[in-house]
Amino acid sequence: MNEWLIILGIALHALSGVPGLFYSRHDDKGQGISVRLAVAGSVFGLAGTVGALWGAVPAGAMMRVDGLSVIFLIPIFLIPALGGIYGTEYWSQQAHPNNGRKLRLFYGLVTAALATVAVSANAILFLIAWEVMAMSAFFLVTTEDEDRAVRQAGWLYLITTHISTLCLFALFALLRVATGSYELGPLPADLVSPGIVTCLFILAVLAFGCKAGLMPLHIWLPSAHAMTPSHVSALMSGVLIKIGIYGLIRITSWLPDPPVWWGGLLLILGAVSGVLGVVMALGQHDLKRLLAYHSIENIGIIVMGVGLALIGRSLDCVEWVVLGLAGALLHVWNHGLFKALLFLSAGAVIHGTHSRDLDHMGGLGRVMPVTALCFAVGAIAICGLPPLNGFVSELLIYIGAFRSLGIGQTLSWSAAAFVAPVLALIGALALACFVKAFGAVFLGTARSRHGEHAHEVGRAMTRPMLVLAVLCVGIGIAPMVVAPVLDQGIMAWAPAGTQSMPRLATLVPFGWISLGSLTLVALLGLFTLAMRKRITQGGATSGITWDCGYAAPSARMQYTASSFAQILGTLFGWIQHPRVRVPRVEAVFLGRTTFKSHVPDILLDVILKPAFRFVAKIFSSFRFLQAGNIHAYLFYIVLFLMALLLWR
Amino acid sequence: MSHILIHIVLLLVMPPLLLGVIGKTKALFAGRIGPPLLQPYYDLSKLFQKGSVFSTTTTWVFRAGPVVGLATALLAGMLIPFGGHSAPVSFNGDMILFAYLFALGRFFTATAALDTGSAFEGMGSAREVTFSCLAEPALFFGFLVLAKLSASLSLTTMLDGTFPLGAGVAAPSLVLVAASLFIVLLVENCRIPFDDPNTHLELTMIHEVMALDHSGPAFGMILYGAAMKLFVMGAVLLRVVAPFEHRNPWCDWGLFMAGMLGLAVLIGVVESMMARFRMVFVPTFLVAACLLSAFGVILLLR
Repeated sequence: MNEWLIILGIALHALSGVPGLFYSRHDDKGQGISVRLAVAGSVFGLAGTVGALWGAVPAGAMMRVDGLSVIFLIPIFLIPALGGIYGTEYWSQQAHPNNGRKLRLFYGLVTAALATVAVSANAILFLIAWEVMAMSAFFLVTTEDEDRAVRQAGWLYLITTHISTLCLFALFALLRVATGSYELGPLPADLVSPGIVTCLFILAVLAFGCKAGLMPLHIWLPSAHAMTPSHVSALMSGVLIKIGIYGLIRITSWLPDPPVWWGGLLLILGAVSGVLGVVMALGQHDLKRLLAYHSIENIGIIVMGVGLALIGRSLDCVEWVVLGLAGALLHVWNHGLFKALLFLSAGAVIHGTHSRDLDHMGGLGRVMPVTALCFAVGAIAICGLPPLNGFVSELLIYIGAFRSLGIGQTLSWSAAAFVAPVLALIGALALACFVKAFGAVFLGTARSRHGEHAHEVGRAMTRPMLVLAVLCVGIGIAPMVVAPVLDQGIMAWAPAGTQSMPRLATLVPFGWISLGSLTLVALLGLFTLAMRKRITQGGATSGITWDCGYAAPSARMQYTASSFAQILGTLFGWIQHPRVRVPRVEAVFLGRTTFKSHVPDILLDVILKPAFRFVAKIFSSFRFLQAGNIHAYLFYIVLFLMALLLWR
Repeated sequence: MSHILIHIVLLLVMPPLLLGVIGKTKALFAGRIGPPLLQPYYDLSKLFQKGSVFSTTTTWVFRAGPVVGLATALLAGMLIPFGGHSAPVSFNGDMILFAYLFALGRFFTATAALDTGSAFEGMGSAREVTFSCLAEPALFFGFLVLAKLSASLSLTTMLDGTFPLGAGVAAPSLVLVAASLFIVLLVENCRIPFDDPNTHLELTMIHEVMALDHSGPAFGMILYGAAMKLFVMGAVLLRVVAPFEHRNPWCDWGLFMAGMLGLAVLIGVVESMMARFRMVFVPTFLVAACLLSAFGVILLLR
């Protein structure tokens, strides 16, 4: 029953964009049908998924729904439906007659393909669904393909996603050779040599890390997220890159006897992604690029959790397994929720101001109060602050890291405890970055006319954002509700035969966390009332910003996003490699001058592009061989054949 | 129960006194009589009576800043054991909540400053969040040392002065952590040599410049919250430096209060004897604090 509900959900999503193709490009009816189909698909899919938590779904040859699938299916069905509703206003058919239908077709397809990947138990089905997902995402990235920057982002995405697919082909081919079937499942330890298992792991890290945007395989991610419509960015960042994490978690659960260095490698990769991701984000002044780099950071946090769990499995420390994996899985949900929320709020801002540049915005909090509130909730959640959901998942990984110290005993690999200060650094940097983003966009006064003409967006856009915000608060205040679901995911990950997994709730004081969150909320309410009372009793007047006595402060005196991040920029300049153009000050009475700073991607712009340019230059010196003369080509063939004859 | 009550009363009442003691110490060093010890209380009560001015550019964020700052400091104070008495609230992992509560306070103080749209306040908030990026890992390295030494994950047992591994193992790491926590305390509470709450030059301020536009009760709340933060972080440092307990629980309270006042005198002495560092040196010292406590961890991992 449940499996049929899930299949029905997948089918409805896959077909949701098709009816729109039969309507005129200026007709809004198609988008109405499409969003209804998608919402119905999500309702059926979620019903089946939640049902699968109680009633076990029989494992078929093609399809398997276990604890891990459930955890990934829930955001896959939830977020695209909300994004679809948001899209009816944000990317309405009337406003975008040229690409609205295409967008909706591939939006449905990518959702269906993602859900199929998460339930497939067969390598061929997995690969087909994977490729449909990757290609639909390509058409989503290139929605506005008349723009050159969008096409470039699309090509980059296409290249990297196929590198990922290529690694997957190799991975599944090796699996086929090793096990003799295309069925996906745990590998028997006696059947496969350790060398092959190591190869499988490396291929999995490459393929799935590339999809997830793990540094240094992240190069496609920032531009692809920045160039797409915002509800597609929300889907890509909130759901699509998580399928890479799904693959990584799945494959590590199938491979027998993981050596400790696997987990260590993931910890290091995760830490690098986390720190570099947030440092790169600090340098951005394009709102969506900034959010995209934060996805890299959060993928880093998730991978650190997986690494901790993997080390725990190698060393038989079940507590590390439970805490690390639960933290990673919960962060998959949480990041899906708050990052989708942030991208949707950013989309509302872009809808209102027609700009993505932080330094064009400012003061939007007064004209777009609902969007500002939603962005604030997302920002607090992504910084991992209580009382919201980001705090809970980071807390799980923190406790896992502290446990790895070997409380009361001596353990090898205690260095894993260094995860805690790394997470603290990431958290503090993320806080700096989101104070910057929230401040530059919503606080102060408008820095340009883009901001002056902004307006609050309509209900079709605010309601999905509010739903996500409520979910962020809900998981933060009542985390014990999700603990049993996480337990099922952990059971599904642990190798067959392990019975003694401690329940998550026995390791983490969920009751205290929610009591703390509720007390915090109560105290905030109490103090707000008290302050309001005192302010009304004392009398309040309003005036211009005092600022030590400026008579006429102007919007241009405000701190900009770039100035805000400047000190951190100098501290981390060795990572950011900022390209700064400082104006020369020569005359006494200066004319109009400009200051420009731009932080390029550390891998793509600083290393890869120069390297490829160098290689291209070397090879171009062989160009004289290709003169376009047919006789010369025939001569080459003769030479080559002669060489072959002599060689044999 | 009565001890919990005393804990709450001390947490609510004592923080401004520390500021008074620091001020008095500095005055004595400078050869002045200085303001009375209870001056911070007079200031607060006066501020809570006054009217307020709100800039027209501000929104709810501006008003939320002081409220969140105070509420988070108060809640964090409930997680810390005062003297030999256990904290009213204690559970596995409470040190993470402790650190993140202050981070939440910082988020709102910094955004409230940006809400005014002023360059000075932007500067202050940029500095605040920047320096915390380096203070936070130092704090967590310190927590790692304390967790390993006490074999526990909750602040009450981490700070109760028992070391299953033996005092000989504990001492070197604890000295490093204490030094690092003292630097963190000075930075996070805007004391000399990192920040000068009394300077007249807004360009060089960190914390005070963020509160330039707050007035009346809201400003009172900021001052009170800042005093409470100093008190709470001081209580942690005190337990690391002097984890002593007296047989009589009531004497413990006396010891704790004397210790806190002593800490305030120490801060006053440091403030009197040192000049403010240039802003560019603050990160250097914070990295040093980080490394000190990181060495503390490494000593325990060998």
